[in-house]
Amino acid sequence: MQHMSTGERLLRGVLITLALIFFLFPIFWILLMSFQTNADILRIPPSLFFTPTLDNYVALITGELKTASGVLKLAFMQNLFNSFILSTASVALSLVLAVPAAYAFARYKFRFSEDIAFTLLSFKFAPPLLVLLPLTIYFQQIGLANTYIGLIWVYQLITLPLILWIVRGYFEDISPDIEHAYRIAGHSWAKMFFRISIPLARPGIAAAALLSFIFAWNNFVFALVLASADKQPVTVGALAFVTASGIQYGQIAAAVVISIAPTLALALFAQRYLVEGLSLGAVKG
Amino acid sequence: MTASVVLKTVNKIYAAKAKNPIYAVRDFSIEIAPGEIVALLGSSGCGKTSTLRMIAGFEEVTKGSIAIGGREIHMLPPARRGVAMAFEGYSLYPPLTLRQNIAFALKSERLGSAETDRRVEEVAKLLELTKHLDRYPATVSAGQQQRASLGRALVRKADLYLLDEPMGQLEPQLRAILRGRLKRYLREHGLTAILVTHDQTEANALADRIAVMEGGVLQQFASPAELKEKPANLYVGTFIGEPPMNVYRVEPQIADGRVSLRAGETELFGYDAARMQDAVVGLLARQSSVVVGVRPADVAVSPANGRGGATAKIVSNQWIGDQSHLESAFGDGVIVATLDGRFAGSSGETLSVSVPPEKLHIFAEDGPALAHGRHLAGEP
Repeated sequence: MQHMSTGERLLRGVLITLALIFFLFPIFWILLMSFQTNADILRIPPSLFFTPTLDNYVALITGELKTASGVLKLAFMQNLFNSFILSTASVALSLVLAVPAAYAFARYKFRFSEDIAFTLLSFKFAPPLLVLLPLTIYFQQIGLANTYIGLIWVYQLITLPLILWIVRGYFEDISPDIEHAYRIAGHSWAKMFFRISIPLARPGIAAAALLSFIFAWNNFVFALVLASADKQPVTVGALAFVTASGIQYGQIAAAVVISIAPTLALALFAQRYLVEGLSLGAVKG
Repeated sequence: MTASVVLKTVNKIYAAKAKNPIYAVRDFSIEIAPGEIVALLGSSGCGKTSTLRMIAGFEEVTKGSIAIGGREIHMLPPARRGVAMAFEGYSLYPPLTLRQNIAFALKSERLGSAETDRRVEEVAKLLELTKHLDRYPATVSAGQQQRASLGRALVRKADLYLLDEPMGQLEPQLRAILRGRLKRYLREHGLTAILVTHDQTEANALADRIAVMEGGVLQQFASPAELKEKPANLYVGTFIGEPPMNVYRVEPQIADGRVSLRAGETELFGYDAARMQDAVVGLLARQSSVVVGVRPADVAVSPANGRGGATAKIVSNQWIGDQSHLESAFGDGVIVATLDGRFAGSSGETLSVSVPPEKLHIFAEDGPALAHGRHLAGEP
């Protein structure tokens, strides 16, 4: 690091602190809210001091929300499970499809290869609402509306291009001669692909899988339109907290905390893995 | 273990169906005897690496056939061709140590670990790698990586060894040592090898025969000595040899028993016709214009105003440790001479230069060799 004067160091510290507060305060505040009753949350002025309660979490886990107008049934745990199923299966399917495709785009020049790759990428920047209406009609006709399979299929719009484009870059960085050296030593193409190419691209595959998992997890609009209550992920399920007797801020906060926990844990875990993978210099041949 | 190699009118055409197909290799045919070491020599882009990759199976053969040990292999996947290859870009597997990289090549042979270790140690010793075997590719020098890549090829038992610029990254001293060792190793084991290089010293030192390529076309396939003494055309003549051959376009004039090779009004070389072979004189008599080539080592230099020889004016005189490189203005161009020992003479001095008639290479204007010294081209 360059030598810095005391003033510069101080300024740096202040700026970093400001940035951290800006980004972390909402999360911190949500965490606090999740342990408060609705009354505590809504009092004016707001205060950092309150009697913590686990009621919000209990309501989510038992699925019964007690409000002024009676007991409401909540499907939060089901939503959480749906999120897991949808995100995991979408990423898994995308990996199976996109990793070999990425390899083909990286290694072979075939007719229209660039155009096909670009078309797949363009799914990422087309507005989802553009396709949703026709898709809904089709899905209802062929019986895919409100099914896991239908949703996982549509989620490929989110996960597949992302994995394809990230992994393609990693494959392009591997010298083809590393693969040639393995093949000429008496191994088949398939063996080379699984024993050499995929392991060398693993940091890229992991990063792409992680990112696309997070995008799939955070998706709202596809599931909102295409799924009813029993297939909805947490992002859509959170709407249930907007009840006739008011918005249940405490439960929303608890739901947010629970639903960001898996992606947060995954990000922290994979970050370490990524740094390790890259620092071993596993990509450059 | 060792096998013959036959390439029959092999072609590599990129974008074959497009309007302007690119001919990387055109009608390339050679036959290599079992145990022979052959070098593919040429400047970059001449098609030598494409040829090697077609033999290895990483490039499709557009037309033609390749057989190793009598077995046609050009349609087989690389794994089933029975070849081993050292790559120019090393291509070591980064997560493995050099030892593991070399041993990795033996995986498909299913040897015991003792035999694997023995063979790895053997090639490591040959290539001066023993000390570095347990290091990772990223932590050793380019030269060490290159030697490991060479080791990975040599450790295997194959019908044919393909070596793509196997010593490009090595320091000069080590290169000289390893050249000798590599040649001895290939000889002792009777291995057939094809070496790709742009370095003629390496080709001369290692190869029994050299295939000189240019523009995807085989120019000449011959022993190092024959390439030097009887280049098949002007390209081979000027490509082989360092410093390169001096070439001059001249009009031969034969009158009064004298052969005069003139560039315009100036006589560059003049000979008593009796000193030359009749066949060569006859050949010159039939040509209105030819290209003569003179190796720098064949140029004789004497003090000016001596009888015979044209005058030349020294442009530069370099002492390179064991010989002098003398460059002089000559006719419309220059003539380079290499002289044993230290030559006293500085820029601006005039000399008389001559070339004995038996050292002249005569080429047709469009390239093919017509005569070498006393012999017409094509004669033994």
